Amino acid sequence: MTTYPLEVNRLTVAYQKKPVLNSVSFQIPSGKLIGVLGPNGAGKSTLLKAVLGLIPKVEGDVSIFGRPYREQRKSVGYVPQRESVDWDFPTNALDVVMMGRYGHLGWFRRPGAKERDIAMECLGKVGMADYAGRQISQLSGGQQQRVFLARALAQSANLYFMDEPFAGVDATTEKAIIQLLHELKDQGKTVMVVHHDLSTVQEYFDHILLLNGELVAAGPTKDIFTPNHLQKTYGGRIAMLQDFAAVPAGQV
Amino acid sequence: MADFWIILTGTLVAATCGVLGCFLVLRKMAMVGDAISHSVLPGIAIAFLISGSRDSILMLAGAAVLGLITVFLIQSLQNGGLQSDASIGIVFTALFAIGVILISRNAAHIDLDLDCVLFGEIAYVQWDTLIINGYDMGPAAVWLLGGTLLVVLIVIGLFYKQFKLCAFDPALAAAVGIPVALFHYLLMGLVSLSTVASFESVGAILVVGMLIVPASTAYLLTDRLSVMLIYSVLIGAASSIGGYYAAKWLDASIAGSMITVAGLLFVLAFVFSPLHGLVARYHKRRSLKAASA
Ligand SMILES: Nc1ncnc2c1ncn2[C@@H]1O[C@H](COP(=O)(O)OP(=O)(O)OP(=O)(O)O)[C@@H](O)[C@H]1O
Ligand SMILES: [Mg+2]
Repeated sequence: MTTYPLEVNRLTVAYQKKPVLNSVSFQIPSGKLIGVLGPNGAGKSTLLKAVLGLIPKVEGDVSIFGRPYREQRKSVGYVPQRESVDWDFPTNALDVVMMGRYGHLGWFRRPGAKERDIAMECLGKVGMADYAGRQISQLSGGQQQRVFLARALAQSANLYFMDEPFAGVDATTEKAIIQLLHELKDQGKTVMVVHHDLSTVQEYFDHILLLNGELVAAGPTKDIFTPNHLQKTYGGRIAMLQDFAAVPAGQV
Repeated sequence: MADFWIILTGTLVAATCGVLGCFLVLRKMAMVGDAISHSVLPGIAIAFLISGSRDSILMLAGAAVLGLITVFLIQSLQNGGLQSDASIGIVFTALFAIGVILISRNAAHIDLDLDCVLFGEIAYVQWDTLIINGYDMGPAAVWLLGGTLLVVLIVIGLFYKQFKLCAFDPALAAAVGIPVALFHYLLMGLVSLSTVASFESVGAILVVGMLIVPASTAYLLTDRLSVMLIYSVLIGAASSIGGYYAAKWLDASIAGSMITVAGLLFVLAFVFSPLHGLVARYHKRRSLKAASA
């Protein structure tokens, strides 16, 4: 029997009383780029947070490489939505990337030269080595996103969760990020990405999850990315979505 | 000698509060510090009623417990759907009011007057000395504050990376297995402790100033957390020293003058800070305009 990087069984999550995710079950395959799609408020961020144990689940279970998340923290990397932190915090890019190592340090060990080297290397991989000493509020949105990505790389994980890494970045940065995700995939890592731009789905992802409070469909992109499923996911706005594959990006 | 003890007391308060204040300011919890400093009042009063003395250890314990209860209540109200500022306001005024009642009802037989609790009596610290085996060890307040500062420095020093990550990105902290709630309550416990320890000297109201003002000033002066902590302590110490002499000169409240000096330093930083000050921003804008013209 194979163990999946992520297996979710009948996961239900609620803030206050109203369930946001309703009995969601799926597995994701190993070594693939996986897209999580759905309209605003569909519960995409909530799904990632529940998997990572950041919010309590009402029901269901989650296993990561066959074990509970608690035992697998070191094999998981996380890129939260960029707006989730205060970018005026007094710290610089290198320091933020070093935070990716904290989980490996245990209770008392302090980050040292080794963590600094790893962090520098990760900043280099996202093309941000020149900005290591820059205060984070003085980075552009796209540069901040790259710093977050570098921080996740510093976690040296096997499974990555990324919440909208392409939000607010220009085409060049988006290309650079997708390139990096492909490198991770080539190293056998699994990357799950919350994504909004339907025009690039087929190009970017091997596998997708369509979410709308519940799981609409999950599977290989070529089977799942169909007008029918999109209509179920996005509801009335389908007219615009109908022949997405045919419309080149930028004209939408 | 009186000068020395008063300044030392003020500086110890400033150092303790300066360190903790940085984390409060960065976590946007300045008002929680305010709430704690007020709502520990019933804890102090109860400890006082039980022991009948100003036994500091018991007071510290009582206040620390009340501090944690305060934070817990605020959190519960927020989770129940109330706005955070309203939750803070409700919890601390209610607890503070209970403290005021407890103290005023028992004012006749306890030697703990409200003015002293609210505004402190730093001028008298030197008279209340710690005597061990007949030896005069110096003012008790200095020992109490020194001990508190030591505890704060040890805890923050040991868990610096956890406190930092919890302040910057609690989601990542939780994801990598740092017990975020534990560190939250640990920080709040330390704030309660320092509030009470500071309390006899600068009082419940001004201690908030020491928590928030030097830390906010330091925030304007640097882009590094470690430097911010050091600046915050130094600014606090400068405020104590400057405040003391200002008070002497003006013949005014010492604690009040200390916070006033801290406030003046904040204004200076707000206007002249090379990083975030008004003047620096004005110059940057002008040079940008000149460059584009
Ligand atoms: N902290 C919270 N408290 C209460 N409700 C919340 C909270 N966070 C999210 N929700 C609700 O849960 C639902 C799902 O939110 P979630 O953030 O998971 O959506 P999303 O799919 O990530 O949306 P987006 O595309 O806008 O990022 C929304 O209806 C939202 O209002
Ligand atoms: Mg989201």
